[in-house]
Amino acid sequence: MTVGLEHYLVLAAVLFCIGLYGALTRRNAVVILMCIEIMLNAVNLTLIAFSRYVVPQLLTGQVFAIFVMVVAAAEVAVGVAIILAIYRGLTDIDVNNINLLKW
Amino acid sequence: MTIPYQCIWLIMLLPLAAFIANGLFLRPWVKKQSPAYGYVTIIAIAASAALAIWALLSVMRTEDHVIPVPDVSWAVIEGGVSIHLGIIMDQLSALMAVVVSVISLTVQIYSLGYMAHDEAGYYRYYTFMSLFTFAMLGLSLSDNLLFTFVFWELVGLCSYLLIGFWYHKKSAADAAKKAFIVTRIGDFGFLAGILILYLNTGTFDIARLHELAVTGVLTGTVLMWAAIGLFAGAIGKSAQFPLHVWLPDAMEGPTPVSALIHSATMVCAGVFLVARTMPLFVFSQPAITLVAVIGGFTAIFAATMGLTANDIKRVLAYSTISQIGYMMLGLGSVGMTLAGEITSGALHAGTEELLIITKGAVAIGMFHLFTHAFFKALLFMGAGSVSHATGTFDMRLMGGLRRAMPWTYATFLIGSLSLAGIWPLAGFWSKDEILAGAFRAQPVLFALALITVFLTAFYMFRAIFMTFHGAYRGGAHEAGHEHGHLHESPWIMVAPLVFLAVMAVIAGWWNLNGDFNRFFAHEAEAQGFVSFFTVFAHRVDGMPLAPVSLIVAILGIFSAYAVYIRRWVTAETLGKVFRPLYLLFVNKYYFDRLYEDIIVRQLLMRGLFRAFAWFDRNGVDGAVDAVAETVIEGGQTLRRIQTGQLQLYGLFIGIGVVIIAICVIFFG
Repeated sequence: MTVGLEHYLVLAAVLFCIGLYGALTRRNAVVILMCIEIMLNAVNLTLIAFSRYVVPQLLTGQVFAIFVMVVAAAEVAVGVAIILAIYRGLTDIDVNNINLLKW
Repeated sequence: MTIPYQCIWLIMLLPLAAFIANGLFLRPWVKKQSPAYGYVTIIAIAASAALAIWALLSVMRTEDHVIPVPDVSWAVIEGGVSIHLGIIMDQLSALMAVVVSVISLTVQIYSLGYMAHDEAGYYRYYTFMSLFTFAMLGLSLSDNLLFTFVFWELVGLCSYLLIGFWYHKKSAADAAKKAFIVTRIGDFGFLAGILILYLNTGTFDIARLHELAVTGVLTGTVLMWAAIGLFAGAIGKSAQFPLHVWLPDAMEGPTPVSALIHSATMVCAGVFLVARTMPLFVFSQPAITLVAVIGGFTAIFAATMGLTANDIKRVLAYSTISQIGYMMLGLGSVGMTLAGEITSGALHAGTEELLIITKGAVAIGMFHLFTHAFFKALLFMGAGSVSHATGTFDMRLMGGLRRAMPWTYATFLIGSLSLAGIWPLAGFWSKDEILAGAFRAQPVLFALALITVFLTAFYMFRAIFMTFHGAYRGGAHEAGHEHGHLHESPWIMVAPLVFLAVMAVIAGWWNLNGDFNRFFAHEAEAQGFVSFFTVFAHRVDGMPLAPVSLIVAILGIFSAYAVYIRRWVTAETLGKVFRPLYLLFVNKYYFDRLYEDIIVRQLLMRGLFRAFAWFDRNGVDGAVDAVAETVIEGGQTLRRIQTGQLQLYGLFIGIGVVIIAICVIFFG
């Protein structure tokens, strides 16, 4: 059995759902950030898989994946900084308790 | 030389220029009381009167009596409406333009004297007068119903502004409002008529509508309601029964305004409108019959109210209503005869010929409009001259003025004789034509018209005897009106009177040998065109009309002489003997009471307006409140989902994405 496009896509979908589930259910803000990373990487995987199997002569998908990684690194830097700031204010990073912006 | 079309445009644009100059540009440099405003208006209107006369002469000389004028495209919607602002220069509009501009010119000159001592000054007065003249000329010249309506409303506005010229007087402000609102009722019909025509034909163009009526495209109920709608507008503007109530009150305005707007020109706009759309009426027998009946009835109805009025201007106002009724009768009766001939098949004519004949049917009515404009403007300005001396319009306070004011007396007498229809003055010729027309159409209408001849002669000479004969009864008693000695008015007021008096004598001679009728109908129809002296030998369907009407008029004058000079029977005795009639006349047939107390106060204010107020509070306000409350309630409910829980928001976003994805996959 050879590994084809479908396998990559199924794996990416599974990874994305795991990430989404974690992002919506875990209470620790740092873990949520990590789950978002999983989702982003799932997307990267599909990009590269499509690039490899659909247009092998071009590198668009790969280049796009690198862009996503760069932006994700920047996002983590900002995200962690925000979490630190919240922690300094509330001595807590449980997102259930960070609910000041409501009706 | 035929008038170039640019000059035809100038006829109406010059007064507009005067209006703009007076209203916008002169005021910062010239003080309100300066006669400069008057000079601007007079020069502009004199020029446009000269051009109008030139246009009339040109129209008379051209073969088919029409001068083509290229029109201006005003509003064009692709594939839809296209409206042109154009001028029609034919017999009718040329005649109307001459009447309007010439009368306006004399009135403006007269006003220089009459308004000289008014504290409101010339500024507002001449500005409005210029605007009025522009609008009235536009109304006369317009070649489509839409612009006719625009100018129609514009003259209504000017009428409102000028009736309420002394707006600090409550009676004047009320009269202005009354005139505006009552004519608006008729205008509703006018607009409805225009819309009926437009929806059924897709055009506002008058010439096109004529063709459609004559060729039988426009017939039946549609044509009838359209014509009746147009006539409703005419009833309002021309103060015909049952919308006549505003005109007597409109006498609150300055007297030259009454002379120009409320006797000679604007109130004749209704007659002009019917004349302009005459083919539409001729091909709808109910409509043309209505015109004749309303005209004939109004003529006698208004004349009876004129018998008992004590205010000289009100006498003239009732007389105006009555004379306009005559004009309507003239249009209606000729149209009725023609309509009868067409339906019975007695008239054999091609389309072209039929068009000319139906358009020519207006000759008799328009001829009376033409002569009436001169003698009625003359009478009003004479009344103004009288009040200039005595400080009042109440004839009970006048008397014996003929020695102090010989010029006013002489010209007023000529005007009255002309109005009464005494040979060979202008009124005689035009009134005789109408009597003949009514006689051919319907004996009952003829009888009404003949009684009106008697009443007209009576009330006019009652006015003359009360004003100019007997002993002077003291003039105005109000403080500040010290008129120690009576005096003739200044020459600037007398000169227009003399000019109009000359016109009141000679204007009727235009139709000797049927020249005027031929001008309108191209070929004189066989009946009734006579020379200066043979008129008395002439018979209409075996009836010697001219001697009969003259005798009736003289009888009227003699009755007035018997009652007011000789006092063989005094007015008081007559009032007692005919008490019910007297009360009816004095109270104007209780029409003001009917309209104001019963219709407005009871029906409208108590009934309809309360229903409207209820609907406004509960229906309209309720709907608005309901919308607001629903939004507030919805907001209060929905705000609960904004919990501040970040992950809940994430869930919503996720669900949203899934829904969109499903939509794209299954429905995209």
